Amino acid sequence: MISAARSWPRGRTGARWLLGAGIVACLVMLPIFALLLQALQGSAGLWSHLAATVLPVALADTIILLSGVGLITAILGTSTAWLVTAYAFPGRRVLEWALLLPLAVPTYIIAYAYLDILHPIGSVQGAVRWLLGYSSPREFRLPDVRSMTGCILLLGFVLYPYVYIPTRAMFLTQSANLIDASRTLGISRRAVFWNVALPLARPAVAVGVSLALMETLNDIGASEFLGVRTLTVSIYTTWITRTDLPGASQIALSLLMVVVALVAFEKWARGKQRYSTGAQRSRAFEPRHVSPAKGLVLFAAGLLPILIGFGAPAIYLVNEAWKRIEFAGLSSRFLSEAFNTIVLASAATIITVLFGLLVAYASRLRPGAATTWLQRLSTLGYAAPGTVVAIGVLIVLATFDGFIDRTVTAWFGVSTGLLFIGSGAALLYAYSVRFLAISAGGIDAGLARIPVSFDHASRVLGQSAAGTFRHVHLPLSKAAITAAGLLVFVDCVKELPATLLLRPLNVETFATHLYGEAARGTYEEASIAALAIVVIGILPVILLSRMGQARH
Amino acid sequence: MTPHAQNRTLELHDVNRRFGATVALDNVSLTIASGEIICLVGQSGCGKSTLLRIIAGVDLIGSGRILLNGQEVSGPLRFVEPEDRKIGFVFQDYALFPHLTVEQNILFGLKRRPKQEAKARVADIIAHIGIEHLTARYPHMLSGGEQQRVALARALAPQPDILLMDEPFSNLDRGLREKVRDETLSLLRGLGTTVIMVTHDPEEALSAGDRVVLMKAGRIVQAGSGYDLHDRPVSAYAAEFFCAFNRLSGIYRDGHVETAIGRFAHELDAVEGTPATLYIRPQGISVSTGSGPISGQLKSRTFLGEVEQLAIDVDGLETPLRVRTMHRLPPGTQTVGLGVLPGSWLAFPAI
Repeated sequence: MISAARSWPRGRTGARWLLGAGIVACLVMLPIFALLLQALQGSAGLWSHLAATVLPVALADTIILLSGVGLITAILGTSTAWLVTAYAFPGRRVLEWALLLPLAVPTYIIAYAYLDILHPIGSVQGAVRWLLGYSSPREFRLPDVRSMTGCILLLGFVLYPYVYIPTRAMFLTQSANLIDASRTLGISRRAVFWNVALPLARPAVAVGVSLALMETLNDIGASEFLGVRTLTVSIYTTWITRTDLPGASQIALSLLMVVVALVAFEKWARGKQRYSTGAQRSRAFEPRHVSPAKGLVLFAAGLLPILIGFGAPAIYLVNEAWKRIEFAGLSSRFLSEAFNTIVLASAATIITVLFGLLVAYASRLRPGAATTWLQRLSTLGYAAPGTVVAIGVLIVLATFDGFIDRTVTAWFGVSTGLLFIGSGAALLYAYSVRFLAISAGGIDAGLARIPVSFDHASRVLGQSAAGTFRHVHLPLSKAAITAAGLLVFVDCVKELPATLLLRPLNVETFATHLYGEAARGTYEEASIAALAIVVIGILPVILLSRMGQARH
Repeated sequence: MTPHAQNRTLELHDVNRRFGATVALDNVSLTIASGEIICLVGQSGCGKSTLLRIIAGVDLIGSGRILLNGQEVSGPLRFVEPEDRKIGFVFQDYALFPHLTVEQNILFGLKRRPKQEAKARVADIIAHIGIEHLTARYPHMLSGGEQQRVALARALAPQPDILLMDEPFSNLDRGLREKVRDETLSLLRGLGTTVIMVTHDPEEALSAGDRVVLMKAGRIVQAGSGYDLHDRPVSAYAAEFFCAFNRLSGIYRDGHVETAIGRFAHELDAVEGTPATLYIRPQGISVSTGSGPISGQLKSRTFLGEVEQLAIDVDGLETPLRVRTMHRLPPGTQTVGLGVLPGSWLAFPAI
């Protein structure tokens, strides 16, 4: 009996790692708990006030936006994925990776770019008028891009790669044999898409759409520039213009509810279908060769979303940035923004990767229910929109700051002020909470490729758990860790809502600068900042396309 | 053959290990002497690999004690981390680190030693195992047999007290396997290494070990020399694990088992008149043309080279008798006479 009770010897391998992972999970959960607490503490009167004023419009706008973006991304993502897997035509290989390019354009940048591109007195509308024989915007203009429809379309054209990536992978790996089988059963090539390929790809489409919708919920710039009052925008204005934390956290709670609904939708849309690859290695999908004329049409069709989601805004930004640099050169303000952006993103990346290592390695050392839950809790932040995380972090650190300030004042008579919030620590905290899922997930996947026997071999050969990590896991998962770090870095650079809410006073990054100018309606140096973000955003696209190539 | 107290290298006392509801090890007790080569054998899932892992310390015990050279390494009071146990391990997949060369792999276990000494030790073991030509290569450039030898060299380099090997030859081609096994074992015997080797192959277990430990469902069924397990199995399971017996149902009476083909003398710890099962080795049945004391009809014959395998229908038996014989029956033989050679049968009470 005694031995059974003490079957976990003290000092057992990984205890410290487990503790570390536990602390990380607590740090991630803290803002969300704080948010819940704050929202529940708010008076009942506030709820009814919100329900009467902000919420109906915000909720309706959010749901319309989600439905629209969901539809557009599902159609664009699935059709482009089918286009490049089912048909062989010149330029298909280029399309395969180029279709990922819109990922490099954050939602607020595409809105920013199109607001100017499609301006009633801009060159595009001017050209349309000239073609149609009108002379003034008063006689003819295209529908205003500043509308719900405009917002849905623009978001759809940058977010469809979230659907394209998993759906194409599903078409490539799952369906080849099944599609051949169904064709021998007498189903025509065209009918195969509707009857076999599409139902098979449904879970992938569901995953992709839910990711795209998470991004939509996270978006603050595009909706605001285009005049759509979503929940996210309402949280921001409630805090910034009214400094109403209980109000903001209550709207944030509603937004979190939408996220929960979204996750439930994904589970439902995936259905009970569990697709497993058969015992034998699945064969690569054999695309069908088409006539040159048809090939040209298909290529053009595949090129269209790339042009709208990436080509046009990229050309616009290059052009505008060039004009600006030629006119005024790079200002010192731009350079200081570059510095801020890179320092903040690098610091957040280091923290996030370290936390990710801790969580992923604890799971490896002590597999079981405890680490599974810790990992799940630590990666929860990715589903929470940036504003929600920011409000939560704000509550936690404001409490902390207040506590430290009071303590230090009582003991030493010196006020520390807003120690965390003022220093940018809040922003790093929010970045880490939000992007830990990317780093932990990527590192976990990298570690999973290393056989457990390597761990055992190293331990038996005299290395401790930490030594095994240093001499075996680290060198073997370097690529995965670097890739995870790169993804986190780029996401930090692109991140807007949390940065807006939590940046220290007078600190501007590329994203906040762009937001400021776009909100004011000025178009000065923002194009250079936007271009810088897009260029950095292309890095993970290259990474993704290389990973896609490696699979063949 | 209880090992003498002084040279006990490893002792396991009532070791238990569970994974959820499955019992991987059920009260396993075992003592291993220094220099012994032990073969742990059993079907997959019998707990033999778990036993190896808990000895190495890469897995935990639920209860019980493990002593290494008289010191407790796993137990209620102490847990010695695997890196502090001085145990060598050759893994089934060899687990050679792909980012290190052969030489660096072997050096891996010598990091705690002074550099000069470590280098000398690596050169020593490389020469001993005869892999000088492989030192600069990476694991993916090696054949299966070469990987096995490198894994062995790496495990032996730190001069472990015990070498554990998990199915070390199962990844090799059939022809190569026996050659590598013989070389490896004679090398280990030469070094006087204490070895615990896991295998699922009965023949390998019988031929390789000084002592064979047969396991089933987390328990030790029988431990002893290969001859003990093959010739004097303690249970029907042990008997059938090492030999594809003919099973005949019968009745135990007066120190004999009475079957449809006769009475066979075998003392059983059973009540008179209770059912018993007779086990006859296929190679223990002689055949001749024409009828004998027992006769049967030749149903099928499969020529295997050294021996021929026959299936013979005998009146009163539900299934045909399987016979392995070196005697060549003329083609077209139908009726054969059968005899059972003394010492080629066993009996156990029927379950």
